[in-house]
This record gives sequence, C-alpha cells and structure tokens, in this order.
Amino acid sequence: MKLQLKGVTKRFGTFTANDQIDLTVEPGEIHALLGENGAGKSTLMNTIYGLYSPDEGQILLDDQPVTFNGPGDAVAAGIGMVHQHFMLIPVFTVTESVVLGYEPTKAAGILNFEQARQKVLEISSRFGFDVDPDARVEDLPVGAQQRVEIIKALSREAKVLILDEPTAVLTPQETDELIAIMRQLKEAGTSIVFITHKLREVRAIADRITVIRRGKVVGEATPQSTETKLASLMVGRQVSLTTDKEPGQTGEVSLTVDDLTVLDSAGKIVLDHVSLDIRRGEILAVAGVDGNGQTELSEAILGIRHAASGTITLDGQDLKKLTVKERLAAGLGFVPEDRSTDGVIAGFSITENFVLDMYDRAPYAKGVVMQHQAMREAAEKQTARFDVRMGTVDDPISTLSGGNQQKVVLAREMSRDLRLFVASQPTRGLDVGSIEFVHRTIIEERDKGTPCLVISTELDEVLNLADRIAVMYRGRIVGIVPADTSRDVLGLMMAGVPAEEAQEQAAAHQTALGEADELAEEKEQA
Amino acid sequence: MSTETVAVHAEPLEEASSTLKPVNLKFPITYAVMAMVALGVFALFSPAGAVTRFRLGAPTDFIEIPLAEVPAAPTNWVLGAALAALAVLAFVRAYQRKRLGRWHPVLFGVLFVAAFLVWAGADRGAVIPLVTMLTGALALSVPLIFGAMCGLVGERTGVINIAIEGQLLAGAFLAAVAASVFVNAYVGLVAAPIAGALVGALLVVFAVKYQVNQIIVGVVLNVLVIGLTSFLFSTVLTQNSQLWNARQQLPRLPVPVLSEIPIIGPVLFNQTILVYLMYVIVALLYVFLFRSRWGLRVRAVGEHPKAADTVGINVNRTRTINVIFAGAIAGLGGAFFTVGQGLAFGQEMSAGQGFIALAAMILGRWNPLGAMFAALLFGFSTSLGNTLSTIGTPVPSEVLLMLPYIITIFAVAGFVGRVRPPAANGEPYVK
Repeated sequence: MKLQLKGVTKRFGTFTANDQIDLTVEPGEIHALLGENGAGKSTLMNTIYGLYSPDEGQILLDDQPVTFNGPGDAVAAGIGMVHQHFMLIPVFTVTESVVLGYEPTKAAGILNFEQARQKVLEISSRFGFDVDPDARVEDLPVGAQQRVEIIKALSREAKVLILDEPTAVLTPQETDELIAIMRQLKEAGTSIVFITHKLREVRAIADRITVIRRGKVVGEATPQSTETKLASLMVGRQVSLTTDKEPGQTGEVSLTVDDLTVLDSAGKIVLDHVSLDIRRGEILAVAGVDGNGQTELSEAILGIRHAASGTITLDGQDLKKLTVKERLAAGLGFVPEDRSTDGVIAGFSITENFVLDMYDRAPYAKGVVMQHQAMREAAEKQTARFDVRMGTVDDPISTLSGGNQQKVVLAREMSRDLRLFVASQPTRGLDVGSIEFVHRTIIEERDKGTPCLVISTELDEVLNLADRIAVMYRGRIVGIVPADTSRDVLGLMMAGVPAEEAQEQAAAHQTALGEADELAEEKEQA
Repeated sequence: MSTETVAVHAEPLEEASSTLKPVNLKFPITYAVMAMVALGVFALFSPAGAVTRFRLGAPTDFIEIPLAEVPAAPTNWVLGAALAALAVLAFVRAYQRKRLGRWHPVLFGVLFVAAFLVWAGADRGAVIPLVTMLTGALALSVPLIFGAMCGLVGERTGVINIAIEGQLLAGAFLAAVAASVFVNAYVGLVAAPIAGALVGALLVVFAVKYQVNQIIVGVVLNVLVIGLTSFLFSTVLTQNSQLWNARQQLPRLPVPVLSEIPIIGPVLFNQTILVYLMYVIVALLYVFLFRSRWGLRVRAVGEHPKAADTVGINVNRTRTINVIFAGAIAGLGGAFFTVGQGLAFGQEMSAGQGFIALAAMILGRWNPLGAMFAALLFGFSTSLGNTLSTIGTPVPSEVLLMLPYIITIFAVAGFVGRVRPPAANGEPYVK
C-alpha cells in the first residue's frame, strides 16, 4: 500500500512538532525516517497511526485521503505500528496481547482462546518467530516482546508497518534478525517506515531515507550517502561522531567490586556474583541490553540497593558500611539513569537542583540556615562552565530541555571533588550536540584521575568512552574486554556468549550491519 | 543469521540460591504465638471437667439435630498440640525456604477458632449456636461482597473507588423509599442499583472527565451521600414515615433439597433473592473478568491504558461504563441493609462497610472469588464477636468487636503476601 503525507502539521500549544511534512512511502519499500531525539519523528508517526489528529495537511492511502479518529481507524485501514515503548500489557499472555481489541469470541463474549492461539502460532511460524503463545509478556526478553508486537500488527493485516526506534533495545544480533524480518516483510509487499537516529542501520537496510530536523523535512538521501553527510543533514552542522580521546593515564586500582550479589524484592538474583575493578584515570564501560543488572549494579554502589553478599571497596574503604549520604560525602558522583525521576526534581529551581546532594554542607548551609547567595553564585558559575542554556538559575528546571537538564546533573555531581564517578545512561534521549558535550566532560573527569563507571545500552557510547568494556547479561559479567573489541563480538556477549566463543562465532557469521560497515570502509579507501 | 545466540534467552531468571534468600519468619512466629495462646490460655484455663455445647441445627430444621457436647480441656489440649505442630511445620518450611500450601493458613485458622470457641463456651451453661453464627456471618458479608465486587470492577479498569460506602448508603436509601412507596420490596431491588450507579456516574465525571484525584473525589462523594440521605431522612422520611420509610422485607426463598442439607443448607440456601443474585454476580464476574472480551479489555485498560488505546479501545469510555456498572452492583448491595433485612432506612446505616469492602478487595487480590472469601472472613469475625458477647465470655465484648478491624489492618498492610494492584490504578488517562 502506498502511504503519502501532504503538508502534515501538528502543534502542541505554541510548539510546532511537525511543520508541513511531505512524505511518500511506496508499496514494498523500506523507508527510513532519520532524525535526532526530539526532531518530531514519533509525533509524525503517532499522527499517521491516529493517536494525534493533524492540525493541517492530509494523509493519503493509495491516493485516497483518509482521516483517522483513533488508532482503531488506522489499524482498520491497514496501518500497523510497533512503538518504541512496547504497547504490551506485562501481565497478559502473548495470545491475549495479540488479540486485544480484535478478540475472536464465542457466545456471550467469551474469548475463543483456541482460535486466537492458532492465529499466533500461524503467523509466528510463517516468519520463523519462536514465540510461545502462552508465555507471559513480562517474562519474555525484549527481542521476543518486539516479535509479539510485530505479530500483533501482522495479525491485523497491516500493509504499512511503522517501526519506531525498533533497534534501541536489541543486541546487534537481534538487530540482524529484525533486519531479516523486515526484508521478508518487504518481499511480501508490506511497506515499512523505519524510524531511527542510528546512521549505520539506515544505510544497511533502507531503500530511501528522509531526514527531519526540528519538525521539518530537511532532505532526502540514499543509502549510498556517507555517514558524515547523513549526520550533518540530521544535526544541521558538521559533527564528529566519535569523541577524540587520548589513552588514559591509569593509576592504581581504586574501586573494587568483589563477588557482589543483589536480590530483588521477590528473592530473584538480579546481580549474580559480580566482580570488577577500576583504576584511577580509567573509564570502565558496562555494555548490555537494558535490564540485565546494570541498574542494580549502579544502585548497589550508591547504596540505595541492599547487597546480599560481596564487597564494594573504594581506595581501601568498605563502602557497604556507609550510608548513601556518607558515600556521596566520600566523593562518589552519581548520574542516575532516569533523569526525570531520579536526577532532578522538576518543580525545583535550577539552583535548588544544583545543591540537591550538598544543601546541608558549607558553603551552602551554616547550621540550619541555607545560604541562598552562595547557592546561587555556585549554580551560576557551574552552569556557565557546563554551558547550560537557560533563563536564570531561579527558573524551574522543568523549563530546560533534556540535554540542559542533564548538564545541570553533571554540573552538580562534578562540582565536588570526586573519588569515583558513576553514570548510568548519561546521554539517553539527548541530541548529538549534548552527547558530544557529555562525553567530553566524562573524559575530562577521567583525565583528572577519577575512576569512572559508565553504564550504557548504546554500543556507540560504550565504544566512544571505554578504556575497558564489561558486558553484562542476566546479572552476570560475561567478560571484561579491551576497548577495541568489535561490535559483533560485543553483541554476542550481550546475549550471554562468553568472550572467546563470541570471537569465534563473530568471525564465522558477520552481521548485515558489520558487512555494510566493511563495504563502506572499502569504498572510502578506494 | 545467528539464531543460536537467541536460544540463550529462553530460560527464565533463576531463583536465588538457598544461601542468599532471606529467611522469612513473619508467618512462623505469628503461628507460634497463636499456638502458644491456644495451649497457654485456651487449654490451660479450660476448667477441668467442663463441657462446651454447640447447637448444630437451625430452629427450622426438619430433623432435629442433637446438641454436640465436647469436653473442653482435653479437646483444647488436642487442638493446641495440632496448632503447635502446624507452627513447627511453618518454621521448618521457612528454613528450607519453601512455600506452604494454602491449606495451611486455612486449617490453622479453623483449628484456632475452634479452640477459642471451646474455651469461651466452656462451663457457661449457654449453647454456642453454630448455624445462627454462620447465618449471621453470611448476612454481615453480603454488603461487603457487593461492595468488594464494585471496587474490583472499578479498580480493574484503573479507577479507585473510595465511594463504595456512599454507594451502599445511597442504595439502601433508595431501596427503602421505593419499596415503601410502592409497598413492594422488589421495587426496592430495582431502585437500589440506580442510586449506586448515579453515585458512580458522579465519580466518573470528576475522576475520568476532569481527572480530579480519585481518592479525594471518593471521600467527598461519601460525605455528600451521607449528608443528602440524612437531610432527606430528617425532613421527608420522618415527616411521613408510613409513606416514605415503611419497612418492607424480601421474602426468604428456600431452595428445594439444597436447603435441607444440615448446617450449610439453612445458611446458604434459605435466603432472599438478593443473596442468590450475589452468588450469580460473583460467579459471572469471575468467569467474565478472565475469560471474556469484556474482561480482557477491562484489565488492559487498568494495566496499560495507552496500550489499550493503540488497539482502538476507548479507554475513558470503558472506564466510564464500568465504573457506573460497578456502582449499580454496590447500590444493589446497599439494598441488603433495608429491604434485604426488613429494616427501615436509618441515618448512616452503612456504618463504614464500604471501606471494609475495599479491604476485602485488596485481601482478595482483585479477584472476585478471593474478595468474596475475604469478605466472608470479615463477616465471620464480626459474627463471632456478636455471638460471644451474647453468651458472655471471659473476653470483654469490646475487644471482640475490634476483631474485624484488626484483621482488616493486617490484611491491607500486605501481611498476607505481596499484592499487585492493576498497574494503572488511580491514574487518569490523558492522551
């Protein structure tokens, strides 16, 4: 089916999320929509899917104008969508999730589970998915949950499939499988709109690329375009995609985590006998798919999660004996993974957020009296140093963009003398400019001799920052490898394959993205 | 394609190995304390040679069942020993980090209550009327069960309903008035759900449409209904109580054969149509919540409204319809206070039952059957307190009347294990 957008505009208050967007997706085409976080890609797709109604413009399917009053209409017209945050109900089974909204029923509205199961099995075998129709969604790994979403769309005869950042949660090998699925669907005549900000993927699979920036279409490109060209189209200026850094001057071992085990509230192991150490002036990056124990590792080091066994030692001092406050006072800098819930308090001013973990100490407090002047001055000085774009430091922090909020968090944590820096997902949801800045700041901190633990699910970030890479899978450290390890090997390790075996397997089967990378390199050399 | 790497994903996360999992002694210690009470108080202080008499039959029984007599002290030593054994078993299983079956707390509770009754009734001269006590338990449970069903339908769609109390009261009021005006108790049964649904509709307007904090709306609605019914009671109903507030009672309809079963027959199957309706509603909700299209959609809306929206389910409409429907259930339950028992309407006659119904819903884990059993437990503990205060026991009756509320606090505090409410419970859905 052919999907066409003509002059689609969507405003939220005074903010124009989509401005006169024109887009044509031909039948059986994989069309990539490339843009930074916040460029308006998801808004556009939610408009096509009927979740938002456009303020101006038209959507045409096979040259017929259509209007959707809700996702139900869009689905009926043959549009399927796999959302970035899966729209699955954790406590439902796979079958229940797939049929929801389109339930086959017997008399009196009783569900026909048998018919529903058969449908799931039929679609899942047609595309070679290995999905148990009776499994609970919350027990499935993210890759399988994504396949459930695809089955859901296909079970409703989707002719246009929208995939919103589908690779964000996948290992490189799972991404590879997704690419194979997308090609299979394309063969079957399904049009695919593929939303991403990852340049490598776009070049490997798209037939055509549309780049949007700040809600506007800024250009079209072909998969043959170079990454640098795509990046500058996407960001609007020349950018360097890698951060230059000197090899670190590493000193003696500073942080030692030995045999650390953490249980969740239900008594399941979430961190399984983890041991690692970090030297002064070194960045240890922890790679892994979300939810494999990285969060628990950072929280155990901070002390907001109880360790069932094992030790955490910083410069010979047993951290487990200290409270969170004492750990922070001992020089632990901590950037939490979810800025909005754990990093800042939205209604507080920038100044107040800046002193959140130092408010009761000199120079910000004398006895029980807070020193507002000292707080403001420090906040102004540090926000200037970190280039936070804002009105005044008295504005609520919620008025800042994600990137600038994150800079405030970094400014807060780095304005103290640190003996250990822990950052979880430091650039999640940020634009390229902010990412560059955050990366440079972390490297500067390292060069001051601070041991740094950076947890990231983005392989690009891991490869950019790491001096060494630890890969986590299901609460265990699969291996700690040098920074120059290939993506394919890291990807296999992220699925639990031990380092050596991963090397062998990666040498034997290269992923589609890996191949595309090599081709591109050869071309550049030639 | 490297399919072999994907296979690794399939195994579920493993349970913590036995040395790491903390030993949970909360339950074993509770059991041990209760067993010690049974041995140290019920057995030791049962007067030697005393007997406790139970009446197993109902006054209406076709065949007279003789009184059951048990020797108090020996019986309680046996029961106490059994309770101690169960407590020891609980300790053993806790240290093995294994779970106990559901039979364990049920058996423990039954034995403990039996030991208590034997001790309380020993040498009293009075007879413990078992059937009367159980009938009372069911009667006290009926509004709780209706209320809990209302609460769980609402919360399964994601709307917290604190206004059950008000819905019960509104139902009781309108049932009494309608039955009185038409001189027919059944008209009251038709009117009661309308009153409950109207309160539900008000809840929807504020909680779903205007996204006001649902707990606050609920509390305000309760106050509103109490105020409104009290006002109408003192101005209209008492002026001409013959017309507006005359007593009407639903007749008892004994089910043939079933009502002849000893003990449980008269308790369960010699009831009014309202109680039979309750059985049907609980059974239907249980089946439909988990097996029907309606149930699937209701649960989806309460767990993840956005996901439901993306498959074309109208979240706010689903919530609206079901909260109003749930209000009708609670209103029907309110009819039990008046026409169900043949009483005239009295001010604030729901007396906090709506809140206990919420506790029953939580204790029953948002499951119709679970909530029903929880409500029966609360009803039984109240009935036990009533019975004991009439036969006169060593325990002050005030303490016994506290019993259901103590049980409620423990229940709501999550003492019975982890409870998992619907994920989007209480959260308004805004696109």
